[in-house]
Amino acid sequence: MFGYYLDLALRSLKRNRALTALMVLAIALGIGASMTTLTVLHVLSGDPLPGRSAQLYYPQIDPRDNGGLMPGKDPPGQMTLIDGRNLLHARRANRQALMTGGSVPVQPDLAAIDPFYVEAFYTTTDFFPMFDVPFQYGNGWTAADDEGKARDVVIGRDLNNRLFGGKDSVGRELRLAGTSYRIVGVLDDWRPAPHFYDLNVGVYARAEEVFLPLETALELGLSRNGSNDCWGNGAGGLGSTLPSDTCVWLQFWVQLDGSAKVAAYRDFLVHYSQQQRTLGRFQRAPNVRLPSLMQWLDYNQVVPGDVRLQTGLAFGFLLVCLVNTVGLMLAKFMRRAGELGVRRALGASRRAVFEQLLIESGVIGLVGGIGGLLLALLGLWVVRHRAESYAGLAQLDPQMLLTTFLLAISATLVAGLLPAWRACQVAPALQLKSN
Amino acid sequence: MNMDIGPIVSTLRRHRTTAWLLVLEVALTCAIVCNAVFLIGQRLDRVNMPSGVAEQEVVQIQLGDLASGEDRYARARGDLALLRRVPGVQSVALSRSVPFGGSGDNSSLRTDPAQRQPIVNAATYFSENLPRTLGTRLVAGRELGPDDYVNADVVLKALNGGGSEGLPTVTVVTRALAERLWPGQEPLGRMVYLTDRVGLRVVGVLDTLVRPNAYRDATAQYAMIVPLYMGADKDESYLLRTRPQDRQHVLKAAVAALRKADPQRVVTHKRTFDEVRQEFFRSDREMASTLLGVCIALLTVTALGIAGLASFWVAQRRRTIGVRRALGATRRNILNYFQTENFLLATIGIALGMVLAYAINLFLMLHYELPRLPAIYFPVGAITLWLIGQLAVLGPALRAAAVPPVVATRSV
Repeated sequence: MFGYYLDLALRSLKRNRALTALMVLAIALGIGASMTTLTVLHVLSGDPLPGRSAQLYYPQIDPRDNGGLMPGKDPPGQMTLIDGRNLLHARRANRQALMTGGSVPVQPDLAAIDPFYVEAFYTTTDFFPMFDVPFQYGNGWTAADDEGKARDVVIGRDLNNRLFGGKDSVGRELRLAGTSYRIVGVLDDWRPAPHFYDLNVGVYARAEEVFLPLETALELGLSRNGSNDCWGNGAGGLGSTLPSDTCVWLQFWVQLDGSAKVAAYRDFLVHYSQQQRTLGRFQRAPNVRLPSLMQWLDYNQVVPGDVRLQTGLAFGFLLVCLVNTVGLMLAKFMRRAGELGVRRALGASRRAVFEQLLIESGVIGLVGGIGGLLLALLGLWVVRHRAESYAGLAQLDPQMLLTTFLLAISATLVAGLLPAWRACQVAPALQLKSN
Repeated sequence: MNMDIGPIVSTLRRHRTTAWLLVLEVALTCAIVCNAVFLIGQRLDRVNMPSGVAEQEVVQIQLGDLASGEDRYARARGDLALLRRVPGVQSVALSRSVPFGGSGDNSSLRTDPAQRQPIVNAATYFSENLPRTLGTRLVAGRELGPDDYVNADVVLKALNGGGSEGLPTVTVVTRALAERLWPGQEPLGRMVYLTDRVGLRVVGVLDTLVRPNAYRDATAQYAMIVPLYMGADKDESYLLRTRPQDRQHVLKAAVAALRKADPQRVVTHKRTFDEVRQEFFRSDREMASTLLGVCIALLTVTALGIAGLASFWVAQRRRTIGVRRALGATRRNILNYFQTENFLLATIGIALGMVLAYAINLFLMLHYELPRLPAIYFPVGAITLWLIGQLAVLGPALRAAAVPPVVATRSV
């Protein structure tokens, strides 16, 4: 029966080529637009470290003075250097790392390559194991290297390709900003999206190409990027003069395995705040937050408003396209009332007619879905060529591919339901009489 | 179209579902297009945000040293002198941030150090010779002079050491910032406080100078200039004023001169101010073009939908049309019939669409800091959809009008 209905459907669709094309085009445009935006939204609101993110937390404490105090307000989104060092050395979490962004000039040995600036990241030893950073060669540096302000560097895969032709460069020297460093590790491809560990240097920024021990970078006065908030008479720092202790400009991340550990760490932060208050450094009552990685991203509303807006718009568009298709299909099925009347009179059950019509709308859905998929690929290609920082991330993954198809088919089947149902309500006798 | 709408309404009653679907489609299209066009207008307004800069005449060069070490102030003096000698250069500025440059310094300002809450957050330009080089007009008071300037290092040392000697004492603010700090009052001579120890006296008022991070329209013009010598650094920019036709040439010559003085430097930015603006607003332009594309697609789909449905109805009613023609209806009557029918449906759709447009706008105002949809959008949106409806129905209606009366006499 299915084959016969399919044949009937194709014949019927062929009879009205322009109209069929219009219905298919409308579905394809609607599906294409919504899938493009949905894919972008899906990629941008994703988990940067699946499987790992649940154990990562971002401690926040409030070291500010009482100026502009508003009760219940959230503590700053970053750390002062002194608090960062204190919490780092307390080692109360399973792992912890203090970090900030910067940029450094790279001076290749090869005369053929001119010096160039790259984005750099200054951090401490736990950064690599805590964030599960993949290494192509070598490893991160050790805690002793942090303490000793070692001239060690971890470089990204792209930089290694550019400078060393992709070979194992561990142990070799690299000149950065006039100082020679020993390469201890080369990263494999790593682009967590969002750039969760430092949202200040760009929410969807690429991972940096150079990683240096934080204390080394501070000692050498390497240039810092990111945000720096000061209060009171705090001054922001310049060159090797660091921002004062009344400025927050570092990120501090911890790994906490298990809820007992999380509760204990929260207590520790409260305790630390109280202690600092007793010492006279903090003026406010302990104001502590301990969001998990995904909570931190939510709190910072990392997904651009425009992307949400575009998604809403695309679904509005899909709705119009579906209403359009429902209307056209209904008109078409009603027009064939005579033919359907004959089929009913000859013994076809209402159910059989319904099935036949649903198959016809299913065919439109299938073709429209394929068209929509192609349009979505085109749409994503366009997004990838835009200037937005997230442009390169706009790729269709298998999950979204499946979603596209299910959406296309179910949308048109739902759209086909009403017309098919209306058409099979037709009383056969009446239709036969009128002709 | 002065004809009896009675028969039309009774015909539509028999196609109630289809008619309502058409109304719904028009309503949704109307609501979405009104809001999308409004958003496009907002973005275009943003893209044209005034900067206070003689944009055709300014270029930016930013460079970084390979190693810090040399005296940054001596370095800056040398560079500035060298750039002033480049043929075609009229004026040179050194600034830590650039209008529309994206990143910059901000200060929370108070008019009394005892105030608990700062009044406003303003962009702070640490720069020398900025208004003259950018072409920003001074509307009151004086410009900052060499006597006002102090070295940034001295200021940092003073602040970190808890002292207050050697701090800058004066500033120049934009008119918008002055109006925000002292509404309706004369700003010259008044004090503005960055911290309780750093108070600056306003000595000049600038017409317009946009902030580097002009992300919100309402606060985009809140900016001030603080007289600090920052010295050469990778975050500092040299801004050069020249004649529009000399820009490319000056850029090239200036970079060559800087490179010649020290080949061991990396040029990180080298662009005209036009490019600065282009880059800053690129995503707004892209958003506007996306919205425009969606509007066109929506209107096209709707128009095709209306035409498709009308074709069906015409085909379905061929016999009825034939009968009417045989009974004396003119072609014009038939044409009018379909046009009126479409007008009727479109009107209901537009009315619903307006309500929906308003609701969507309320939602967007709540979530995206958008202003209210101006009333002008309602009549313009209505006329657009009426026109599109009439255009779409014209073809099928003409076909209907062409149905010969003889059809009435044929069976099937």
